[in-house]
Amino acid sequence: MLAPLPALAVDAVVHTSNIFDPVSAPADSVFRIAMLVLAITGAIFVIVGGLLAYSIIRYRRRRDDDGSEPAQVYGSDQIELAWTVIPTLIVLALGLVTARTIYDVQGAVAPQGATRVTVIGHQWWWEIRYPALGIVTANELHVPASNEAGATPTFLDLESADVVHSFWVPQLAGKTDVIPNRRNQMWIAPREPGLYLGQCAEFCGTQHAHMLLRVRVHPRDEYDAWVAAQQQSAVVDPSVAAGRRVFESTACINCHTVRGTVATGRFGPDLTHLMSRDTLAAGAALMSGESLRAWINDPDHVKPGALMPAMKLDDAVLDQLVAYLQSLR
Amino acid sequence: MTLLDPTLEVPRSDADGRSVPSVLHEWVVSVDHKRLGLMYIASGLLFFLVAGLEATAMRIQLVMPDNDFVTPQVFNRLMTLHGTTMVFFVGMPIVLGFANYLVPLMIGARDMAYPRLNAFSFWMSLFGGILLYSSLLGAEGLFGGSAAPDVGWFAYAPLTERAFSRGNSTDYWNLAILLSGIGSVGTAINLVATTICLRCPGMTLSKMPLYVWINFVVACMILVAISPLTAAQLMLLLDRFLGAHFFDTQAGGSAILWQHFFWIFGHPEVYVLMLPGFAIASEIIPVFSRKVIFGYPIMVAATVSIGFIGFSVWAHHMFAVGMTPAGNSFFAISTMLVAIPTGIKIFNWLATMWGGKIRFATPMLFCIGFLFQFLCAGLTGIMLAVAPFDWQLTDSYFVVAHFHYVLIGGLLFTIFAAIYYWFPKATGRMLDETLGRWHFWLLVIGFNMTFLPQHFAGFAGMPRRIYTYDPNRGFEIWNQISSVGVIFQAAAIACFLVNVIRSLFRGAPAGDDPWDAWTLEWSTTSPPPAYNFETLPAVQSRRPLWDLKHPDDPDWRFE
Amino acid sequence: MSGAARAVVTASEWKLPDRGHVAILALIVAETAMFAIFVAAYLYYVGKSLNGPTPRDVLTLPIAASILLWSSSVTIHLAVRALQAAEIARFKLWWFATIALGALFLVATAREWYGLIYHEGLTIRTNLFGTTFYSLVGLHASHVVIGLAMLTTVGVLALRGRLNATHARRAEVLSLYWHFVDSVWVVVFFVVYVVGR
Repeated sequence: MLAPLPALAVDAVVHTSNIFDPVSAPADSVFRIAMLVLAITGAIFVIVGGLLAYSIIRYRRRRDDDGSEPAQVYGSDQIELAWTVIPTLIVLALGLVTARTIYDVQGAVAPQGATRVTVIGHQWWWEIRYPALGIVTANELHVPASNEAGATPTFLDLESADVVHSFWVPQLAGKTDVIPNRRNQMWIAPREPGLYLGQCAEFCGTQHAHMLLRVRVHPRDEYDAWVAAQQQSAVVDPSVAAGRRVFESTACINCHTVRGTVATGRFGPDLTHLMSRDTLAAGAALMSGESLRAWINDPDHVKPGALMPAMKLDDAVLDQLVAYLQSLR
Repeated sequence: MTLLDPTLEVPRSDADGRSVPSVLHEWVVSVDHKRLGLMYIASGLLFFLVAGLEATAMRIQLVMPDNDFVTPQVFNRLMTLHGTTMVFFVGMPIVLGFANYLVPLMIGARDMAYPRLNAFSFWMSLFGGILLYSSLLGAEGLFGGSAAPDVGWFAYAPLTERAFSRGNSTDYWNLAILLSGIGSVGTAINLVATTICLRCPGMTLSKMPLYVWINFVVACMILVAISPLTAAQLMLLLDRFLGAHFFDTQAGGSAILWQHFFWIFGHPEVYVLMLPGFAIASEIIPVFSRKVIFGYPIMVAATVSIGFIGFSVWAHHMFAVGMTPAGNSFFAISTMLVAIPTGIKIFNWLATMWGGKIRFATPMLFCIGFLFQFLCAGLTGIMLAVAPFDWQLTDSYFVVAHFHYVLIGGLLFTIFAAIYYWFPKATGRMLDETLGRWHFWLLVIGFNMTFLPQHFAGFAGMPRRIYTYDPNRGFEIWNQISSVGVIFQAAAIACFLVNVIRSLFRGAPAGDDPWDAWTLEWSTTSPPPAYNFETLPAVQSRRPLWDLKHPDDPDWRFE
Repeated sequence: MSGAARAVVTASEWKLPDRGHVAILALIVAETAMFAIFVAAYLYYVGKSLNGPTPRDVLTLPIAASILLWSSSVTIHLAVRALQAAEIARFKLWWFATIALGALFLVATAREWYGLIYHEGLTIRTNLFGTTFYSLVGLHASHVVIGLAMLTTVGVLALRGRLNATHARRAEVLSLYWHFVDSVWVVVFFVVYVVGR
């Protein structure tokens, strides 16, 4: 059926995205309460499971049983009271800790200098906008790291262009749903620079599985350099003028934006700095000339069900187009 | 008391030389609660096999990264059919089937209050299932994945709106469940009326077997839980066919509203499915421990309070939708409250076994499996109730693992316990114990092998409902163990099927009361005659047969 | 309770509620839950329509229709009382009065909808108000239709002389359903025509 394209294999390095390996404040809070809950439930499991096992083994019918019925015990008010009160106390304590953590995480207010990003979920990719900086990109969120000098959190406004999605990068924070006709908020404050993986966590249709997210956390200066680069308009490279003409004269521009050109579509990802991204089609393939070519030739083959149409370009034209796109650094 | 009448003959309702069509006709037009109950259970088991095959296909697809065993479109349909079928056409029919079969027998009645309504309800449910699967014949047909619904079993709006779901696949989902919902409400009304109005003389509410009590609470919950789903589905129907805008976000409609309506149904539904499991355990554990149930009144109270609390916890499925901190805290704490009555039940079963003489017959084995696995399910439930933890866990494979521990480790194990326990009553023949043990142990191994690793896949960051995953996330190992577990589960189910078919024809004769049990159904013949009891029994205690067997030490002295 | 022996309850002294009453109450509980969801949706969407017409623009209080429907609760009550007293002629009078009142209510609803659709241009797809209004009022009206069908069936049986006092309990069960339909209209009336306007 769908032969996977070997050239498009995603990088082989295993990136953890384990919820027990947090690197950001909200995920830290979750981690702490999770440890508490695991300890409590673990203890309950050992005690109750142990009692169950003990009573099953201890009170099995013996080989030399005389066939008489054991003593019939109908109940005991004291015992019933005990195992009503103790769980109630545990629940109350846990409830209070839970409420406190909820208020801590949800009540956070954006400090001066917090980065603000709008993330818009689409069937099956992420639009990422930095309104204050005039940057529009896709699928890969770049944020500054917090350090000893101070937290520089990023506050995300989450919106959806179509159906319900959910924003989840496990090492940074829990999920927040991305819901049409509604604006949700979440925040992250990662401590350590690096690459963190995540993906859409609410079933959103055919390619829910390939709606991957990458978050690159940079040291401050590196982040500033990234911002400066992204704020540039698209590179104009005369050597790929033919490909640019193809791009601007086909339906590409209906859906895609390349800043500084006639392409201003909003339905698909902004391509101004396409080649600055690691992946293509929301993580369906690693970015390369080869995968770009395969993708444009037949998106449905790379990512079955993807909404981008196949443009039916012949080989020479396709090469020109890919060359142009590869110039968009 | 004339409970045991040795002169009563077993009427042979089987084929006895009659043609297949006439036997079939007799079953199809039957309004006998026992036949309807058996048909409910049989249809549920049939759908169980189908949904199990769907699950197997999904496990094959997920056994390695970037697999291409099925296309994403087919995977999404498999996932939707699997969930929808297991909840509405396996869980509900089997649970209601047992209630149908047992409640009238246990309260000493001749039938349900409304036998014809009963038949109507059963056929509505079955037609719902048939409608769902007739979607396979639509559109691109079987191979292309057809017009089967692909929006997940909770069908979140606006993915179900015309703009995102063209064709009729979502309508199959919608109408199939609408139909079966009408059937469920009909049966619930019937069970309520039966329990209140048809109890035999002496059986006050406080003398009903726990099985009857719990199913009564379940029936009451169905009345209040299914109707909201029916209402929401009517709205979806209006959206899709008449252009209404209930969940149309482009016209100002709300996506969250569907989630609220769905889970106002959906969470009580979890208890509607799980409480009958408790009901079964509450009958079987005492009989095989040879002790009366410990703390009957508090077991009833715990059931009723689960019933009430169950209606105030629905939004714990929605911790990630961006509710206010107050809302999140409320639903977190109310969800944790459920742990208290549930814990009480586990402790009472423990106390029932304590000091008993436990016989490890197959029904008891399944109940013991249930106790341990449900303990796990309850504890992971507490983790999910802690809203901040849930922000990480919700919609991940951890949730998948959790609810399979509830519905398979909990409910399915008790259903198997019930089948081994009451099969002799329904057929007059015993199921084979050796095959039963194979069935049990293979299922314990297979079930835990499949679903325990899914907790860790969730911790590792794997979302549910993805048709494939990249090799660079550390998901493979958990998925591979999980998929291998399916082999053991399939072997277990094969043992079960062989056991049932063989025992139907060649099982050892059971007699009226093979387990030396205490409730009224064991006082009549196996199988019971169409009229259940020749003379209606009268009872003095919760265990009428105990009183009969121990005239010197009757229960009613202590209740 | 202890004692050497305890008398067995005999069938004659064992009284349980009537199954008809229990079943119809169960049905009413289920129906209430369904209406509650429609009412919740109505209230949630009040004022959230993206375009007109608004309830204030087009709705008028259906006072006459409401009085017709509510008074049918009185007539059906009188009918059931008459049947219990085996006064078949009086039963028929009140029973058909009930049917007439219910039918008139439906006529009033039909006239209201006709005006809304053809003069105000409000359909179920116009906006959220249209969506929720026609659904909620329509769901109630469909219950009136079902009620009328059942009332008419009994009415026909009465005309053919097939009804006597032994059927009083069944007629009473049916009247409970009708009372429910009337009381739902109280809620709908206040939600749609008072609060929502």
